[in-house]
Amino acid sequence: MTLGAVVLVSALALSGCAPSYSGTSSTAPVSQADIDKAMNTETTLTFWSWVPDIQKEVDLFEAKYPKIKVDVVDTSGGTQQYPKLRAALKAGKGAPDVAQIEYQYIPSFRQTQSLADLTPYGAADTKDQFVDWIWNQVADDKGVWAVPQDAGPLGNLYRSDIFKAAGVEAPETWADYATAAQTIKDKTGSYIADLPGNDPGQMVGFFWQAGAKPFGYDGDKTVTVNLDSPDTQKVVSFWQDLVKKDLVSTDADFNDEWYQGLAQGKYASWQVAAWGPIFLQGTAKNTSGNWTAAKIPQWKAGEDVSGNWGGSTSAVMESSQNKIAAYEFAKFLNTDSESALMLANQQFLFPTTKATLTDPAFVDQSSDFYGGQKVNEFFAGVSDTVDKDFQWLPFMDYVYSSYTETLGKAISEKGDMTAGLTAWQSAVESYAKQQGFTVK
Amino acid sequence: MTSAPPARRSRLGAAQTRAAWILTVPFLLVFAAMFLVPLGYSAYLSTFTSQLVGGEVFSGFANYQRALGDPSFWAGLSRVAIFLVVQVPIMLIASLFFALALDSGRMRGGKAVRLLIFLPYAVPSVVATLMWGYLYGQNFGLITQIFTGLGLPAPELLAPDTILGSTMNIVCWEFIGYNMIIMYAALRTIPTELYEAAALDGASEFRVAWNIKIPAIRQAIILTVIFSIIGSFQLFNEPNLLFNLAPNAIGSDFTPNLYAYNLAFKNQDVNYAAAIAFLLGMVIVVLSVVVQGIVNRKEKLS
Repeated sequence: MTLGAVVLVSALALSGCAPSYSGTSSTAPVSQADIDKAMNTETTLTFWSWVPDIQKEVDLFEAKYPKIKVDVVDTSGGTQQYPKLRAALKAGKGAPDVAQIEYQYIPSFRQTQSLADLTPYGAADTKDQFVDWIWNQVADDKGVWAVPQDAGPLGNLYRSDIFKAAGVEAPETWADYATAAQTIKDKTGSYIADLPGNDPGQMVGFFWQAGAKPFGYDGDKTVTVNLDSPDTQKVVSFWQDLVKKDLVSTDADFNDEWYQGLAQGKYASWQVAAWGPIFLQGTAKNTSGNWTAAKIPQWKAGEDVSGNWGGSTSAVMESSQNKIAAYEFAKFLNTDSESALMLANQQFLFPTTKATLTDPAFVDQSSDFYGGQKVNEFFAGVSDTVDKDFQWLPFMDYVYSSYTETLGKAISEKGDMTAGLTAWQSAVESYAKQQGFTVK
Repeated sequence: MTSAPPARRSRLGAAQTRAAWILTVPFLLVFAAMFLVPLGYSAYLSTFTSQLVGGEVFSGFANYQRALGDPSFWAGLSRVAIFLVVQVPIMLIASLFFALALDSGRMRGGKAVRLLIFLPYAVPSVVATLMWGYLYGQNFGLITQIFTGLGLPAPELLAPDTILGSTMNIVCWEFIGYNMIIMYAALRTIPTELYEAAALDGASEFRVAWNIKIPAIRQAIILTVIFSIIGSFQLFNEPNLLFNLAPNAIGSDFTPNLYAYNLAFKNQDVNYAAAIAFLLGMVIVVLSVVVQGIVNRKEKLS
């Protein structure tokens, strides 16, 4: 495998000879006539995505614009796609016109100037169609970098039967949560939840909800790394306490053991994003009817603040030769009422447009798995409470991979999590410096 | 070969040489394009330092210097060294034992046993690791369930201090059969007259194994040793897959190969990854040469 690795590494890097980008060109706004012309010209677009069956929505687009053909390439997942995308972008060929990119990776592709600014194509006009915090994830004062596709506002899914057996209600604050954890453990033997040491996405979602601003990026060379702050320490020491008292387990998530844990009541709740409900329905079928969706516990009683975990966008590549058609496709896919509703109801992507979030065909569904609760409507409400100014670093791959060796490791070993947080901060900071960024 | 006139022989030789070249050229072309060129290119790459901001600059041996002072690289290297010292002897002794047992012809259903022992090798290592991963599971895995069924405390097989042993077990399971087949095939080539002579001298089955069979298949055993050394240092698939089950026990630098992979694809540091991969390659070459040297010297002595 060494030689294999060498070959692989060099294959990736061989492509590095070509210049990565040819500077940024300030494009003049595109007129409606240009758009009409582009949409009536025979064009083939390439679209990379890992959403299963997204061809259904693509078919809608192709039916509306018969001259445009979209080749969908299933990239099976973000972790598999990003290295390929980076290699293709460096090589200067083989990159798609439109690619699915998660919110936290937008700055990384902006930094290499791989994303087209969608402002000239009229993207700024769509601002009002999207929920505010989601729009802030894709746009800043320098441009609009992608079209939002789905989101993951945080809520709390809990086993109503276990909570009932323990005689506790869904916790409103984190302090209530800690109390409930003790009661549930004492009376039922279940952990109130699992805190995985391998899931930085969830931890960052908790930071987000606590009002922390761990990351900042100016779009150029300056980054802010503030992972170790009073707000994040508050979150970490809260969980540390629960882990120490053995009220929260620390199993790695999204593997077979953990699915079993969910299905068999080892964990009585899961603080998860809006994509969680449907996921759980598939994983813990046998517990149907026993789950309820509730708000994520608050740091201050009476407040109503959430964070986000996951979600992605459709981004147009700067290298695309058909940016007008590419943007129109990205826009149609995610904002056309039929297509957006289909993404929400058939692919179970949690919507980002205000129209879909209020569409009765989406919000009025009641779910037997959640005892008849209208879970979509519930999370649509949560979506409005997500903190609006959360930013990312242009190298989240490293931030996330170093998590498992610092804070994540401390979690799974039930060790000193505050020290783990400090170690994470310094690992990320030194990586940023080593990569030539100015760290503020 | 019967004697032929010198002129004719050389003409034939020329034709044969040409044929040999024609036959090997396709291979050589592919070998050069897919192997030598990338290898050379990554050697070239490893002499650059790249940054997300600022791009690539030539830096000579700076990446190698950094690697030599990188605790992650050394941690991975010492881990695979432990792996080599512990797992390889266990695996090869087991393989040898099975090969000898099968060769003795005293095993009932020998063919079926041979197939069963060899079967794990036919299972792709990815599948094997996933399968063992399920068995190792901390809460609901089979091993845990058996232990709790017997009322015993279940071992933590995916914890930081046991994961290396768990990995060794998987690799043993995968490769005992493979090495056994190599040794068994070598055993079958030993002329039977030797056994007859030994039988006449009244040598026991163990005596025959120790004094005739094992020395006779030396070369095959050495081959398996060298393959195993290379395999240990290149350990990648198993830890890479176990990472999903025990991310904090494995980490990104569990083995040098895994580290190089993570550097290239998670840290986007292709140049440094190339340097690590090259250093690892050198370690393997040196070790293989040393082992072969020792073996050859012993051969001359005996």
